[in-house]
Amino acid sequence: MTIRTPPSRTTTPVAPRRSAPDALVVRRGEIAPGRARVNAPLRREGPDKLTGAAKYADDLVFPGAWFGATIRSTDAHARFVAIDLDPAFDWSKVAVVTAADIPGDNIVSLISDDQPVLVPVGGEILHHAEPLVLLAAADRETLRAAGARVTARTEKLTPVFDPLVSDHVFAHYEIAAGDLGKGFAEADVVLEGTYRVGHQEQLYIENNAMIAVPREDGGVAVHGSLQCPYYIHKALKRALRLTDQQAQVVQAETGGGFGGKEEYPSILAIHAALLARKTGKPVRMIYDRHEDLSATTKRHPAIVTHRTGVKRDGTLVAQDIDVVMDGGAYCTLTPVVLSRGAIHAGGPYRCPNVRIRARATRTNTPPNGAFRGFGAPQTEFAAEIHIDRLAEDLGLSPLDIRRRNLYQVGDTTPTGQVLRDSVAASEVLERAVEAAEFEGVRARTTAARVRRGGAGIVPSSSHTTGPDRTASGIGIALAWHGAGFTGSGEVKLASVASVELGADGRIRILTGSTEMGQGTKTIFPQLVAAELGVAYDDVEIAPQDTAIVPDSGPTVASRTAMVVGGLVIKAAQRLRAEVEARNPGRDFAAAYRDDAATHGPTRIDQRFEPYPGVHFDDETYHGDAYPAFGWAACVASVDVDLDSGEVTVRDVVAADDIGKVIHPTLAEGQVEGGTLQAIGYATIEEIKLRDGRYLNDRLATYIIPTSLDAPRITSILVEAPFASAPHGAKGVGELPMDVGAPAVVGAIHDATGAWIHDLPASPERILAAMGATPPTESPASSPGPVSEAAVEAAVEAAVEGPIDQGTDPRPDAPTDPLPLRGPGPDDERVDDGWHKE
Amino acid sequence: MSAYTFTVNGDPVEVDAPGMRRLLDVLREDLGLTGTKEGCGEGECGACTVLIDGAVVDSCLVPVCQVEGSQVRTVEGLALAGGAALGPLQQAFLEAGGAQCGICTPGMLMAASAYLDDGGGPDEGGIREAIAGNLCRCTGYTKIIEAIAMAAGDNRP
Repeated sequence: MTIRTPPSRTTTPVAPRRSAPDALVVRRGEIAPGRARVNAPLRREGPDKLTGAAKYADDLVFPGAWFGATIRSTDAHARFVAIDLDPAFDWSKVAVVTAADIPGDNIVSLISDDQPVLVPVGGEILHHAEPLVLLAAADRETLRAAGARVTARTEKLTPVFDPLVSDHVFAHYEIAAGDLGKGFAEADVVLEGTYRVGHQEQLYIENNAMIAVPREDGGVAVHGSLQCPYYIHKALKRALRLTDQQAQVVQAETGGGFGGKEEYPSILAIHAALLARKTGKPVRMIYDRHEDLSATTKRHPAIVTHRTGVKRDGTLVAQDIDVVMDGGAYCTLTPVVLSRGAIHAGGPYRCPNVRIRARATRTNTPPNGAFRGFGAPQTEFAAEIHIDRLAEDLGLSPLDIRRRNLYQVGDTTPTGQVLRDSVAASEVLERAVEAAEFEGVRARTTAARVRRGGAGIVPSSSHTTGPDRTASGIGIALAWHGAGFTGSGEVKLASVASVELGADGRIRILTGSTEMGQGTKTIFPQLVAAELGVAYDDVEIAPQDTAIVPDSGPTVASRTAMVVGGLVIKAAQRLRAEVEARNPGRDFAAAYRDDAATHGPTRIDQRFEPYPGVHFDDETYHGDAYPAFGWAACVASVDVDLDSGEVTVRDVVAADDIGKVIHPTLAEGQVEGGTLQAIGYATIEEIKLRDGRYLNDRLATYIIPTSLDAPRITSILVEAPFASAPHGAKGVGELPMDVGAPAVVGAIHDATGAWIHDLPASPERILAAMGATPPTESPASSPGPVSEAAVEAAVEAAVEGPIDQGTDPRPDAPTDPLPLRGPGPDDERVDDGWHKE
Repeated sequence: MSAYTFTVNGDPVEVDAPGMRRLLDVLREDLGLTGTKEGCGEGECGACTVLIDGAVVDSCLVPVCQVEGSQVRTVEGLALAGGAALGPLQQAFLEAGGAQCGICTPGMLMAASAYLDDGGGPDEGGIREAIAGNLCRCTGYTKIIEAIAMAAGDNRP
């Protein structure tokens, strides 16, 4: 299938080095299909990244630095009885830090005060990777030898691994609208379904890394791979009892985050800082992949149950949704992840009678945390598969049921939010459908499935018995994603961003927003240059160092372009007005150098002001959950190997409404990367657990898509501007993560007739589901000649094929219990957690 | 310890190191060439890809004793005019958006560079094969493939 993108395929032309970007004029209230805009500048830090000059944390050299390591629990739940240091070992060359060495609170400061920096002796160990003791030495050999001489004595306690059983609730919400009983009474069809998704690892290619350097004022500076400098700043101050000035956080070049460097770096920074304090030397804490996979946060697993009432024409009348998320051992960001998941749980569909109940509980696994999408991919996967199943039950196409119910301007969401503007559900759906030729392809793939279905000798099986060994399918998904922080989050953050005209005539942007590949360092100068009417290269961006930049809030929630981008625009507008007022008759570009020479520096600090008309009540969970929503549609085409169950995702068309496209190449890059992460989530990414421990905790066993697994991805950018942001942008990073998985699973159903309720759609699950799926048509209505060769092939398939591997498609069917690979139970965990650094 | 002599980006080097020391560590720590990255240390991610006598290898899996007498090329050797200007492949990555977070980029560039050196063309299948040992989590590979195709197209006679 050839997919042609209706908007011209956007490759950025080479910009002359000093060209100013085109100012983009977005008409309010008008949805513009994405167009490539010329003269977007090249990535600011691109040359450094392409020549090897960019300095990531592990590239930084601090003379005399020691190496640090973490001694972790090997029990999922235990009492920490004692730490034994082998008296035969020479400990004089090793720094040992325990909870007793923490000068401040033994707490990693975040939402709840439940997570210790180090478990104290006598304390409770809540997961297998729990940090107990820190070591540092001048060289790796000594460190390794010391680590082997540390023994943690514990008394095992009973662990809890099932989030449904756990009675420790981190957070719970109930969102209700209308009258559920009345809704179900009006329904012609009621469908129930339960959907499960597991852990997913962010798998940034650069592992978590932090280097702490003692400061002369008794404080500490940490240099690391991170998303949120001020989260770490706050955590350091509290655990080490430091002043604002004594705690300094500097972002090194960061090799990917995806949420995995949102909250986790806080504990790592404290660890490094404690060792630096103890030794008086810089201490390097550079995780290797194994430690990173074992100990750092993952996407929350979730179990989502839908009971939905629908009219025969496909109109939704009642949605009763239950969401349970597995928070892992500590609270981290779970309440907000759950909140976003709950608010998005119904999908982008109008329904008058809704109840969404959500809770997150504690289990004895490492804490789960932020990951691109932040709860929404889990619940929207369930919503989308459920609506596909409703369509099938009603004899509607998956496209028609979405067209019938999708949100339009004026609709009200379950939290009572009236969608006043910037609603592009229909636009993204139609653009994706058109570009992927969805209806034509679907007609052919469905006909092929019907032709295959039940034609063979496996009774009531859609298992192919014809000559086809591969089946093709096409699926579609639609999603919404709240832009920025949930509820009153942005108001509470009260972020600040600054633009400064220095006495030397340099224009600098000062924000705490970090660059981790998504393009912050390019789009901020682009926005400010456009406001000031100066060249892109004349606008600098200050380093993300808490000693220099203000707290612009965390670099998360797709909020950087929308919220902080809005602040830098406003700051630039004020700077321009001030300079032009001092220099009548001259515009900023002509006047600013003279102005700086004459009047000295001018700095504008712009603080967030609530978007007009946006109100949310955190107590009742009623109101405007987000200032605006982004909208995403995805069409996926797959081939399923009917013998092995293996899925090849061939083509994906993604249409995303991001409010305003600031930089087409960077925005497309977000859509393409997010789409592939979602495809990995859909098909191959899975964490196997045994006794609360991740079994596939190496890159050889936790697999992500390679270039050969990746489909062709066509991205279409749609613009439905958000009126309250000065530039109209709504953010892009998380949107594609919400739609990829359900589109792929929908396509697998189209190919095979099998519904996959649990992610990932592994070959095992697909074969199991296919084996028990009733034929889509009775044999009488889908006859068709069957050749002798085909019969022979069918007999072979029946004899040797995998149809006996599973026949239970129920959502609670046990999944394959043991991994094929992964370290054995005898692995010496204490020894290998820190073997290199 | 013994001394190993080889060239890095054309410059002769002599390294006094244990023979089993990883080439990755020799490059990064002994020679200060930190452009080559470590992503997994077990040959899965390709972030540490370098070229040894033109062959694409993961430098985390190569002991330094194996490169005795060889020519090693790293990302630091790709720029033109002694580092003053980007090479055509680097320029194509910059223009197409093939680098996002940048951590896989040096390895990706080396794999692509070997592909182009071997006469690889702008066809998508060939490019996908050539970079299949290099994981990227940011781009979905789309713009990396575009960039390599662009560079391959530029190179055609």
